Amino acid sequence: MKNFVRQIYDSIQRGEIPEIRLKSRTKENIVLDSLLGVWKYGDQEVLRSAKKMDGAQFMAKTLYTIQFILEMLGESKSSTLREMYYISEGWKDYKFTAQDESNLLVEDMEVITELLREDFHLRPEENGASIIGNITIEEKNRKNEFKRINCRDDVGDAGYTIPYNVESEKLRLISHDADMIVALETGGMFDRLVENKFDEDFRAVLVHLKGQPARSTRRLLKRMNEEMNLPVYIFTDGDPWSFRIYASIAYGAIKTAHISHWLAVPTAEFVGITASDILTYDLPTDKLSDKDVAALNAELQDPRFNTEFWKSEIETMLKINQKAEQQALAKYGLNFVTETYLPEKLNLRS
Amino acid sequence: MPGRAKKEEYKQVSVSEFFEKNRHILGFDSAQKSLFMIVKEAVDNSLDACEERAILPEIKVSVDRVKDDIFRITVEDNGPGIERTVVPRVFGQLLYGSRFHVLRQTRGQQGLGITASILYGQSTSGEPCIITTKRREDEVAFHFVLGIDVRSNKADLKVEEPIIWDRESGTSITITAKGRYVTGKQSIMEYLKEVAVVNPNARIQFTDPDGKTVTFERSINEPAKPSRPTKPHPYGIELGELLSLSQFTESTDIVKMLATEFSRVSENSATEIVQKAGVDPGMNPKDLTKEQAESLMKAIGETKLMPPTGESLSPISEQFIRLGMLAVYGEERPSFFGKPVSGKVRIYKGNPFSVEVGMVYGGDLPSDQPVRIVRYANKVPLLFQPGSCAITQAISDIDWRQLGFDQKQGKGVPYGPAIILVHVHGPRLPYISESKEAIAPIEEIMDEIKNVIRIEVRQLRKFNSRAERNKKIGEKFNLVSVVVPEIAKKASEILSKEIPDCTMVITRIANVVFVREDIINENGVKISRSSVVNYTMDKISMNLKIVFPFGEKDMEIRDLEPSKSYIFDQELSRITGGYSGAEYYFTGINPVYVQGAEELPADWNLKGVETVEE
Repeated sequence: MKNFVRQIYDSIQRGEIPEIRLKSRTKENIVLDSLLGVWKYGDQEVLRSAKKMDGAQFMAKTLYTIQFILEMLGESKSSTLREMYYISEGWKDYKFTAQDESNLLVEDMEVITELLREDFHLRPEENGASIIGNITIEEKNRKNEFKRINCRDDVGDAGYTIPYNVESEKLRLISHDADMIVALETGGMFDRLVENKFDEDFRAVLVHLKGQPARSTRRLLKRMNEEMNLPVYIFTDGDPWSFRIYASIAYGAIKTAHISHWLAVPTAEFVGITASDILTYDLPTDKLSDKDVAALNAELQDPRFNTEFWKSEIETMLKINQKAEQQALAKYGLNFVTETYLPEKLNLRS
Repeated sequence: MPGRAKKEEYKQVSVSEFFEKNRHILGFDSAQKSLFMIVKEAVDNSLDACEERAILPEIKVSVDRVKDDIFRITVEDNGPGIERTVVPRVFGQLLYGSRFHVLRQTRGQQGLGITASILYGQSTSGEPCIITTKRREDEVAFHFVLGIDVRSNKADLKVEEPIIWDRESGTSITITAKGRYVTGKQSIMEYLKEVAVVNPNARIQFTDPDGKTVTFERSINEPAKPSRPTKPHPYGIELGELLSLSQFTESTDIVKMLATEFSRVSENSATEIVQKAGVDPGMNPKDLTKEQAESLMKAIGETKLMPPTGESLSPISEQFIRLGMLAVYGEERPSFFGKPVSGKVRIYKGNPFSVEVGMVYGGDLPSDQPVRIVRYANKVPLLFQPGSCAITQAISDIDWRQLGFDQKQGKGVPYGPAIILVHVHGPRLPYISESKEAIAPIEEIMDEIKNVIRIEVRQLRKFNSRAERNKKIGEKFNLVSVVVPEIAKKASEILSKEIPDCTMVITRIANVVFVREDIINENGVKISRSSVVNYTMDKISMNLKIVFPFGEKDMEIRDLEPSKSYIFDQELSRITGGYSGAEYYFTGINPVYVQGAEELPADWNLKGVETVEE
């Protein structure tokens, strides 16, 4: 971090206009890392120069943020991204105008410094999602002791809550007796599968994603996938936003492509509702909204979706102009999803 | 049977009797308008009288409720007063004193309106009117109680007595009448407010029926320039007028009559007209027949004459509009006060007229409402019939969208934070009715209104683009003078090092000479601070011309070092209210190095703030 500051300082001293170069964080600049199977940033760079007001403001805000982080590290404290946003109120002309702006800036700093926001002692506001299944972990508690937890026997109906730090200094993966991980978009479906004992009958670890999954959820999926050799299946609604959830888990998110190698599970498979399912199962549907259509069209331009499967599914969805929720499967009864749909999908793919 | 009516059908009707039966013709057509009309007629007369004698008007208006729907209205002025013997005729006789063949721009209806008001009061309340008047040259004032004998069209004088009135001169009139007191857009209060706008040299006080008093203070101690009576131009004459004139004239032959009673008619052109008309040049005007008059009219139309002069016009004046709008609309804190524009003298049917426009913009004025249009004809506010008026229609015809206003389909009254004042004046304005509530939408008048408004609004665009440019320069200035030093400071704080010198970086980023204006307040004095900052790498020299709304300032800047500033402070005490900012022009330096000023046109013949008509 200081290196970065030194660069700015030195260029001012040399009488040169300070500049920051950083990877362009757009979908135009993500490339497939064929070795790791994840999408990462390409070579395109953006130049932020103090020559322009925008660039200079960004630089000043970054310096304020760095100063804040260094002070926080010095005092061994940590804060949430939200807290940092409010702390910036005191920076007057250089305060953040929205939470988004500070989040983006922190991500930019990750890109520049090749560190993680956890290294900056910044954590997200919300905790990760929850897990139910026969997997045993150890989590360090506030007394600094590792506590062993079985995610089926030692938890309530809501499951084990994933903390924001899931690295091995905080969370150890001990053992499991399962064949796969099924990650679910909605709480309703998570509860349905728990109630129907899908975890026990099909030897599955169930993960509730809570919509777009937090970093820690994705990181833990990755660790369970790599360290325990468990295949990951993603079960979502059938709409463009759910496709993005899958893409961020399997291929890496565009905003965080600098850490795709650390978050993405390239082998994760999609078992969510597709346009073909809507037709095959004759599911109850909703009409696509204008935003849905725009999102689907954007996905057709997105290199991560540039596969035969996704192309045909997205195009079909646009053609039938319909989307469906996971719970639409209840049309055929509460057990249909666990007795028919998922077994068919999982067999089909395995 | 035609041609032979029975005698009693032609019973003579006096003018008073006629108006009593047809009140609406003079505007007394509803209970709420009646009180307004009485105040308006009295105030118009007061202002006319003061203007004629160059007196700074001091007018007090009060409306008291006598009972139920009966009100007592008193209007008191410090005008020249009226000679005792003419009072009964001035107030008690309709059409008295209107020497109709003399053209002059005045507010009042020349003896019509105030008598009609008295007549209205008398017939609705049964009360006569009370008049007190004193001239400077008289020792005492005279007190009158007077009604109108409708049959004979004469004053019915009940009381006339000398009294002591402790003032130099003035007139007070009290009329009791039936009516309804209202507030709002078409009220006495609104009328007086708009009167105050165009008469900033008047002090106007108003006490409403609840006893609440509002005073519009005087903001300039300068009497208005009185209008000058002029003779009519023959192009504007009507047949009937020509015939009456031939009876009134003291000239003994028709050629002399044309040459003396009209403007722009010489003996030569009079002879030419008479010859063209085939009328005997030596004939006595009193013998003029209708046929001969028609021939003369036709001949006038075929004869080339000098156009009418604007002598008879009495504009409000740019200064008065400015001060008046400032005083009355200042509370809206507009961001822009337009310099009022007076159009040239134009002619409509041989009658001269002219248009004045003033404008305020922005501030607290609502931007989601239609612009407020304030209409005046011969310095009199027009509150009624806006839709039929030439002013409203002309404004609706303009496509305001190009001028930065909202307007549905480019038609109708635009929306925006603006008050537009339009004054049309001339000795013979065409109105849509006798009550003079709206100017008739005659093409020539509409065109001129549009023309002058466009000139006025062009200033606003200039102001807006100047504000825009200032903002951009301000941003760049802020970048190099605040943000870049902040970056240097923060970086050194984090690294615990000395703050590096930013001069080179700033110079590299800017590489220009900034010229900018800041408005600062020093001990309550508003100051325009002009700064010239050299952000280039070399010493610079230039000539700078600063144009303020009130004048120009030339300065030579020699050998200004890099990153050094040249400051010039100008007190703005002469500017009250809105100040639209200075303009900067330069010579003697490569234009690519200057931001915030324009290169002076080569001829140096700078018009500056002068608004030039296209």
